Amino acid sequence: MNRSKLTYNLNSKRNLYERLFTIISALFAIIAVIPLISVIVYVIIKGGSQINLDILLLEPEPPGDDMFSAGGIGPAIVGTLIISTIASLISIPIGVGGGIYLAEYSKGGAFSKFIRFGTNVLAGVPSIIAGVFIYAVIVATKILFGSTFSGIAGGMALSILMLPTVIKTTDEGLKLVSDDLRKGALGIGASMFTTVVKITLPAAFRTISTGIVLGLARAAGETAPLLFTALFSRYYITGFGDLFYEMASLSVLIYNFALEPYQAQNELAWAASFVLVIILLAMNIISRYVSHITSEG
Amino acid sequence: MTIESEQRFLLKKRQPLEKLTDKAFKLFTLVMASTVSIVLLGIFIVIFYESLDSMSRYGFEFLTTSAWDPVSDEYGAFTAIYGTLITSLSSLLIAVPLGVGAAIFITEDIIPKKIRDIIGLMVELLAAIPSVVLGLWAIFVMEPFIRPFLTLLYKAFGWIPFFSTEPIGPGLAPAILILVVMILPIITSISRDSINQVPNSLREAAYGIGSTRWVAIFNVILPAAISGIAGGVLLGLGRAMGETMAVTMIIGNSNSFNWSLLSPGYTISAMLANQFGEADGSQVSSLMYAAFVLMLLTLIVNIFAQFIVKKLSLKY
Repeated sequence: MNRSKLTYNLNSKRNLYERLFTIISALFAIIAVIPLISVIVYVIIKGGSQINLDILLLEPEPPGDDMFSAGGIGPAIVGTLIISTIASLISIPIGVGGGIYLAEYSKGGAFSKFIRFGTNVLAGVPSIIAGVFIYAVIVATKILFGSTFSGIAGGMALSILMLPTVIKTTDEGLKLVSDDLRKGALGIGASMFTTVVKITLPAAFRTISTGIVLGLARAAGETAPLLFTALFSRYYITGFGDLFYEMASLSVLIYNFALEPYQAQNELAWAASFVLVIILLAMNIISRYVSHITSEG
Repeated sequence: MTIESEQRFLLKKRQPLEKLTDKAFKLFTLVMASTVSIVLLGIFIVIFYESLDSMSRYGFEFLTTSAWDPVSDEYGAFTAIYGTLITSLSSLLIAVPLGVGAAIFITEDIIPKKIRDIIGLMVELLAAIPSVVLGLWAIFVMEPFIRPFLTLLYKAFGWIPFFSTEPIGPGLAPAILILVVMILPIITSISRDSINQVPNSLREAAYGIGSTRWVAIFNVILPAAISGIAGGVLLGLGRAMGETMAVTMIIGNSNSFNWSLLSPGYTISAMLANQFGEADGSQVSSLMYAAFVLMLLTLIVNIFAQFIVKKLSLKY
């Protein structure tokens, strides 16, 4: 008998195929990672190197005024925080409430199937469509105190994008809560309201908060719906009334200044990208870390 | 049973206030759940209603002509529709093999788990980079880097209509590449999840009858995971069609039609992003018409994706 047939033959046809495909898939995995590394390296080098107190606090200069300094991104940072807060204030009650209905009250009937389906469809609606919708309903009709573009309209557009994530994670988080907890609470005479608010919601708190943070991170980085809802402003807001007027955001600042022909403005876009990417990556990593702990414990 | 114990039983009935809270809470959650469908329906109705004006004026010609002239009030969205379809489909063509290949590499036991997890996390973090930052990167880093390769493509294959113009910077081809970067995380992570869900007994059976790793992957594991992967691919397609910022920044925003992928073009979402802020009159209605077309396209793709996942899943 030829014994070599029983040992691993490096050059046999099938082993060559094996190595070929392994190398190809490794190559694909490397190619998939390269853009992230390149983006992060450039954002850190071109954006991070400029970060100082002036950049973080000053208002941006009008394009073309000053070839060497374009001012700062202070109003945009504040604007992004405000618009994201407005979006959260709208989408968290709706999303958590809707998620509670799906997980706790609906009994898998046609209505809940329809809502779950609708949630998935809404998650697939392009973000710019959310902007178009808010433009038609709020901006064009001047329904909010007669003003057109406003921070509030921007927050509303973003809340549409956050909503599906919040509903889904609430629904899934509550479904993971053991039924014994519910039965225990109901068995000692708690009402459904008490059971949900005092027992199941706290038990699912971590999953839900993770989902909210992920949804918020997605919304805070969005630009398209803000282009014609919140528009842009170069100034800090000075009071509550300014919520009804144009408002700056980091993402729109990046878009506007990236397309300017002036280098000073381009640099500012990189600085704003650095701040935005750091905020969003931190949110993502923290929420992943938190859910990682819960899934193991 | 004494009267006393019956009274005690009665006393433990729920207080009216508690009953009311319970009912009000249930009603509240029901209303909140319904909001999703109201918003979805609202989007559909509002955009349809706003585009009626343009629909009645231009009809189906809107979809097949490329005039876009606010001065003489002539509108046609063919260039944008062509751009939307060609960029999203071509990006899919590149991203699917890349994403599925990467997903196989980080699920099957080829390298240590630690490294696999890091690669997986990095691919998913790519999804957290905002589109507008990717656009900035595309303008200043990616496009200058790939332009020599595109020029080579033009010189070698210029006789094919798709490569028949000299690359001048922004254009459909860079837009396709940035879309690949954007949908890669979706396709990779969904493929990874569906490959992970293939029962280990299938793998053991395949290895047990003597298949090598890749024979098992191609003949057993991928067919078993195909429903999830197909769903992920369609979700990626939907995302690519609606993706706005990065594409707007790199596609060149030109409404003159050209087959060539190396020439500047337009997508529906780029057109909306560019023009909505300053549009008025019949231009708004025409933009709404274009938005309606985009929404129909993404809706069909998304509903089809959900349908496929439901129909093809639970095979094993």
